[in-house]
Amino acid sequence: MNIKWDEFFVTGDPLILGAQISIVLTMVGIIALLTYLKRWTWLWREWLTTVDHKRIGIMYILSGVVMFFRGGIDGLMMKAQTAVPENEFLNAQHYNEVFTTHGVIMILFMAMPLLIGIMNVIIPLQIGARDVAFPQLNALSFWLFFSGAMLFNISFVIGGSPDAGWTSYFPMAGKEFSPSIGNNYYAIAIQIAGIGTLISGINFIVTILKMRTKGMTLMKMPMFSWTTLITSIIIVAAFPIFTVALALMTFDRLFGAHFFTVSGGGMDMLWANLFWLWGHPEVYIVVLPAFGIFSEIVSTFSRKRLFGYTSMVIAVAGIAFLSMLVWVHHFYTMGSGPAVNSVFSLTTMLIAVPTGIKMFNWLFTMRKGRINFSTPMLWTLAFIPCFLIGGTTGVMLAMAAADFQYHNTLFLVAHFHYTLIPGVVFAVFAALYYWWPKMFGHKLNEKIGKWHFWLFVIGFNFTFFPMFFLGLDGAVRRSFTYSAESGYGPLFLLSAIGSAVLAIGFAMFVYNIYWSIRHADRNISSDPWDARTLEWATASPVQDYNFAKLPEVKTLDAFWHMKKDNEGLTIEDKEIKDIHMPNNSGIPFFMGVVFTVAGFFLVFEWYIPAAIASLGIFAGLIIRSFDYNDGHHIHAEDVRKVERKWRNRKGEVHKHVG
Amino acid sequence: MKMKKLSIYLFAIISIFLLTGCETNMVVFNPQGPNAETILGLINWSLLWMAIVIIVVMGMFITFIWKYRERPDNMDYEPPEEHGNTKWEIIWTAIPFLIVIALLIPNIQALYALEEVPEGYEDKEPITIHVTGADWKWIFSYPEEDIETVNYVNIPEDTPIIFKMTSAGTMQSFWVPALGGQKYAMAKMETELILTADNPGSYMGKNSNFNGPGYAEMEFEVLAQTQAEYDEWVEEVKERAPELTEEKYIELLKPTHLGRLTFNGTHLQWINHADPNSNSYTNPQLYYREHGYKGKTFDEEDNYKNADEMIENEHGGDSHHEH
Repeated sequence: MNIKWDEFFVTGDPLILGAQISIVLTMVGIIALLTYLKRWTWLWREWLTTVDHKRIGIMYILSGVVMFFRGGIDGLMMKAQTAVPENEFLNAQHYNEVFTTHGVIMILFMAMPLLIGIMNVIIPLQIGARDVAFPQLNALSFWLFFSGAMLFNISFVIGGSPDAGWTSYFPMAGKEFSPSIGNNYYAIAIQIAGIGTLISGINFIVTILKMRTKGMTLMKMPMFSWTTLITSIIIVAAFPIFTVALALMTFDRLFGAHFFTVSGGGMDMLWANLFWLWGHPEVYIVVLPAFGIFSEIVSTFSRKRLFGYTSMVIAVAGIAFLSMLVWVHHFYTMGSGPAVNSVFSLTTMLIAVPTGIKMFNWLFTMRKGRINFSTPMLWTLAFIPCFLIGGTTGVMLAMAAADFQYHNTLFLVAHFHYTLIPGVVFAVFAALYYWWPKMFGHKLNEKIGKWHFWLFVIGFNFTFFPMFFLGLDGAVRRSFTYSAESGYGPLFLLSAIGSAVLAIGFAMFVYNIYWSIRHADRNISSDPWDARTLEWATASPVQDYNFAKLPEVKTLDAFWHMKKDNEGLTIEDKEIKDIHMPNNSGIPFFMGVVFTVAGFFLVFEWYIPAAIASLGIFAGLIIRSFDYNDGHHIHAEDVRKVERKWRNRKGEVHKHVG
Repeated sequence: MKMKKLSIYLFAIISIFLLTGCETNMVVFNPQGPNAETILGLINWSLLWMAIVIIVVMGMFITFIWKYRERPDNMDYEPPEEHGNTKWEIIWTAIPFLIVIALLIPNIQALYALEEVPEGYEDKEPITIHVTGADWKWIFSYPEEDIETVNYVNIPEDTPIIFKMTSAGTMQSFWVPALGGQKYAMAKMETELILTADNPGSYMGKNSNFNGPGYAEMEFEVLAQTQAEYDEWVEEVKERAPELTEEKYIELLKPTHLGRLTFNGTHLQWINHADPNSNSYTNPQLYYREHGYKGKTFDEEDNYKNADEMIENEHGGDSHHEH
């Protein structure tokens, strides 16, 4: 027990006190609401124990949006602090915690769950399957992610947040220089979430390889399925590296080992290498699915087949391959010598080639098309110029010699926000506007959506474009303040104003969700965008079993051709048979709880309680091993009833023939 | 209408901001030495190519979305099913590839050039200065002159300076943007950076690698002087500055902010932190001395909440007792 009890809760900071109070009030509010509405059994049966990929996906997306809010508040706090020189809104320690949690949350607890959530909802539908390969494992993935995210998030009210940057470089992040338990949260919480992600990766590889519907060969898969497959392969290749690195970090921090601890003979550079061996593929893990999303949308809204499909697939595979070979470009300045830096300059710059191929293919998909400017397409269009800036500055950074002047400056910060925000956030918004009807049976409002779009995109550019100039003028990242003489003031202020606009844009998004849930038209076709892929051959919202009869695929853009040839859109009573579905299970939720508890004790270095709690993990594994429950059947008659209800509506292309 | 007015205002404000941004002459675009000049050449070369790429792609982008937008009069237009076009796909694979080569070759040349004494300065005898980064100050040791400075370094102009860098604890990045690119300073490791100042002047140097609560203020000044001024400064230090003692040096290494300090003698006589076997005086071992054995958690007194006091009070670390 090496923590003082009076330091258990973080005290003495009015901002954190406000957060603590609001957390308590929110929790009380949720509990009261659930009790008042008598929704506890509903919550347990329909959500907490679900193994349905669509519901799991929605839970991922919900958590991702909440984490976006949290990470966004961190970002706004940083912008407020640096808006004027020598500001005293945050002190150095608080600022360090804020940028650390901002980085970790935005990458691991915002981008990842939003994308994995969208994959969960869409991939089985796109490949014509009834669920993922391992539904219960899928639920476990979610609950481990959720456990990691919650553990990481409570750090700022209990015990203190990590403060060594999202990269947590040693020796800084070691016990010698960061004795606080904040960095234990980093080691443990990310580890738990990482296990969940790794399981997701395996699950999606198996799902896509084994569960495609009849006739869907790999080269007839929609582009989003392709990028998900390749992303999952990178996950399986890269995440174990991080798992090992975090385990070594845990040994160093908790048990006094010296893998990275310099004073004990360890190697701090090893951490940097291992971290980026995972970290660089990680940015492709988040950006490749986004490329897939844009490919789907650009093709749907130009009413044209994706241009150069084969070269797109090769380009994605090429990016994935190169992503494992570029990690050193994150520390050209470590002094590895000109030969090493030359090689990694080459591999890094080569990424521009497949990325360029994708860019031109998207442009040529629009050429000769008929471009409809609905909100999903607007996000896709805004992505192109913004990502172009991110990409070209990326090539500039890839040049090792030039990087000596950009490294660790705001130029770099501007660059990666110009890749990650258009590449991931725009894609997630595009995907949510696009696939919202599949999840909830109604569209998001287009008018509010356009407000959201314009505010967010304009705010984004004002926030990050000035940072290029600041960086070239010598402003470094992660610095909580700067002097008035430095002359950085005006551009920092502009950036802060931009971030406020960005935040209003996000608020419009939240408002749009609220408005659409309340008022949006429920009476829409199951295919409101006149789309091309199989997920649109289901009802909106999608039936539990996805497809009453598994579709048969003959071409790429299968659903588009089904509509054109009027083939396979009808279903007859006799074609509908009993459907086998997996049963709900409480084990994944239980595992999430024990992982959280064990992780929490481990963070505080309370080993005996941690050991006792982790017995629960083994208990969960054992119970699952002897679980012979192999699902249930939905009877044909029930399926017929559901199908009859949604097909044959006005404007619906699907028909039910009695 | 309202929107239009608003956007005009917005545009005006932006232009003012951006113009002021450009007028300040960004430091990277104002090189004061051969190292920074080499890098600037490379940056300008890459900016040229990237500008071409942006113009081409944006030209296509704007043309396509304008020309092929959905209009009330083309609603019955059904786009053709285009699979791709091998010729174009080869073109837009090959051209970026050639651009990569055009950028890579000068980049490799620059990488090798930056490791050497710059061209035209070979006949000048270079000066070696040891740099030790510590929490949160820079310590400069002149082995030839046998003097040590903290948070400032005086150098003669037109003379290549070989900075041999290491750290007494956390990882830092040594950066003088006006003179050249940066490199890390790491404990038990030595990195080398050759910088030369073409003109006398004061240049801001800083740590760009985050290393804790005192990071933002970890700056130093490089003062380039004429040879005569420099010699005079060395003379003066030799006469006036106090002798550096081992106790004083240990005091320097504590996590503190210090102003400028000057000493006779260098700490290299006791320790070179670049030596992989150096095992005394490094900052973590200050903790070890207080705490029994290596690796044991540094609980209680060293909790991060004390960090603020340690910055203000350089005796903050002395209150530990044996466990």
